[in-house]
Amino acid sequence: MPLIKYVEHNGTEHQIQVSNGQSVMEGAIDNMVDGIAGECGGSCSCATCHCYVHEDWVAKVGGPNEIEEGVLECAADPRANSRLSCQITVTDELDGLVILLPESQY
Amino acid sequence: MLKNTKQAIIIGGSHAAAQLSISLRQERWEGEILVVSDDSQFPYHRPPLSKDYLSGDTSAEQLFIRPASVYRDKQIEFLLNTRVEKIDRINKSVTLSNGEARQYDKLALCTGARTRQLAIPGVALNGVHYLRDLTDAEAIKQAIQSNGKAVIIGGGYIGLETAALLRKIGIDVCVLEAMGRVLQRVTAEEVSAFYHRVHTEEGVEIKTGVFATEIVGNDCVEGVVCSNGEQIDANLVIIGVGVIPNTELAEGIGLDVDDGVIVNEFAQTSDEHIVASGDCAAHLNLIYGRRIRLESVPNAIEQSKTAAASMCDREKVYNALPWFWSNQYDLRLQIAGLNQGFDRVVFRGDVESSRSFVAWYLKQGSIVAADCVNRPAEFILAKKLISSEKQLPIADLANDSIDAKTLLLALA
Ligand SMILES: Cc1cc2nc3c(=O)[nH]c(=O)nc-3n(C[C@H](O)[C@H](O)[C@H](O)COP(=O)(O)OP(=O)(O)OC[C@H]3O[C@@H](n4cnc5c(N)ncnc54)[C@H](O)[C@@H]3O)c2cc1C
Ligand code: FES
Repeated sequence: MPLIKYVEHNGTEHQIQVSNGQSVMEGAIDNMVDGIAGECGGSCSCATCHCYVHEDWVAKVGGPNEIEEGVLECAADPRANSRLSCQITVTDELDGLVILLPESQY
Repeated sequence: MLKNTKQAIIIGGSHAAAQLSISLRQERWEGEILVVSDDSQFPYHRPPLSKDYLSGDTSAEQLFIRPASVYRDKQIEFLLNTRVEKIDRINKSVTLSNGEARQYDKLALCTGARTRQLAIPGVALNGVHYLRDLTDAEAIKQAIQSNGKAVIIGGGYIGLETAALLRKIGIDVCVLEAMGRVLQRVTAEEVSAFYHRVHTEEGVEIKTGVFATEIVGNDCVEGVVCSNGEQIDANLVIIGVGVIPNTELAEGIGLDVDDGVIVNEFAQTSDEHIVASGDCAAHLNLIYGRRIRLESVPNAIEQSKTAAASMCDREKVYNALPWFWSNQYDLRLQIAGLNQGFDRVVFRGDVESSRSFVAWYLKQGSIVAADCVNRPAEFILAKKLISSEKQLPIADLANDSIDAKTLLLALA
């Protein structure tokens, strides 16, 4: 199982093994990582799963599609490395991925 | 091992209960946590039921809010297929449908809401459905496969979302709305007209000002008779005419109830040992200065965090700005705030012929709510405008040639 590192805004780190096929959002929700709310259940509607992909991983994770881009605009403080974590599917390729969490989802 | 033997009991098993149980552990509740749910499944997301789920784009697996193992790990006990039948406030215990009694130190009402039933002949025929839970959605999915003509009774968000979905999979759809326009209760005239237009463009037939008086058929539904005498053929009928909060348990023990269990900004009921949250609760909203009952996931989640804190004797005020979403076709609607009591609506963008605009709702010159269709940037702007009480010139908000980001900057 790929290991994902979630880093909270205050620096707290969570190393979590997430199954292939799950989303980065689900990995956080299932392990009670604060900072990702995931209110719409991963249907790319609520922007409460907003995260920043660590710059070393941006190329591998890739960018958002057009719909996600639109929803991302709703997140507080979007940046160039912003993604909706519900739209990132975990694969072996992403083993070691580092995800930075925003200060708040609202 | 649990550090103490305090008992928390949560009644209900959906968004509010799922969040409350986890939040209790996050608030360091060290005693037992029991969730009593009459559903047969662990908590799942309801919004996709009228959106991606019906068309098969989302699987049942993906609906679960958290896998069951998470509750196990956190020592949260779930009793599924079980109802709480009675609460005894004096002895602080609940009676379950299996006859068992359980003691509590703190109790949470997360009983949500149920669909409003339509009292017309024929509602019991095969092929007539309501849409609230997974069982309903499953039944509709089954019914869809071989069926080609649907009537939806009720032109609210759930009815219209379902209409959009059925069109997407090639089914003939007719929506019946008793009021003069769709979404009449929740939105401005122009926005209703907008949704009416788009649905018509997508091939949905909408009849307003007509209500269903009878559903006809032998065993299976064959048609719906309308108040104007017309009969519309249908082999699938979906009724979406609103919900009623489940407040009977609370009423039974004398808690204050008025279209919802009345709670303060800390999700506390009139009994200090009992909290309530989610669709069943009517809370004192500090932003709007009055009591409101919301039917939304963001409300269930945020209010449950507050309720959990209260159960642990900590204070965490609930005063999040209400917001909602609805997806139909390519339209992603986001609503910020509540538009009740508005006296003026100003538009940004072309509501009459495009598929992207904002309706700003004003009350005495201030923005109280906004409907944003395919306008994510304006949605943030709206949230900021409403919660900060800052203002921008109305002319600028209405002027679509000023970029939304420029307006956001002006607000910062
Ligand atoms: C089809 C559909 C689409 C929706 N779309 C959206 C959307 O896009 N965005 C949004 O924000 N919201 C949406 N909602 C609303 C959202 O689902 C609700 O606001 C949310 O489910 C409320 O959660 P809750 O836990 O308060 O109540 P509920 O989900 O109503 O759950 C309460 C549960 O408690 C159970 N219960 C009641 N009494 C007892 C008892 N005595 N013993 C045991 N169990 C009991 C009930 O049977 C129910 O299962 C939608 C709802 C539906 C049905
Ligand atoms: S969970 Fe809602 S957009 Fe990702």
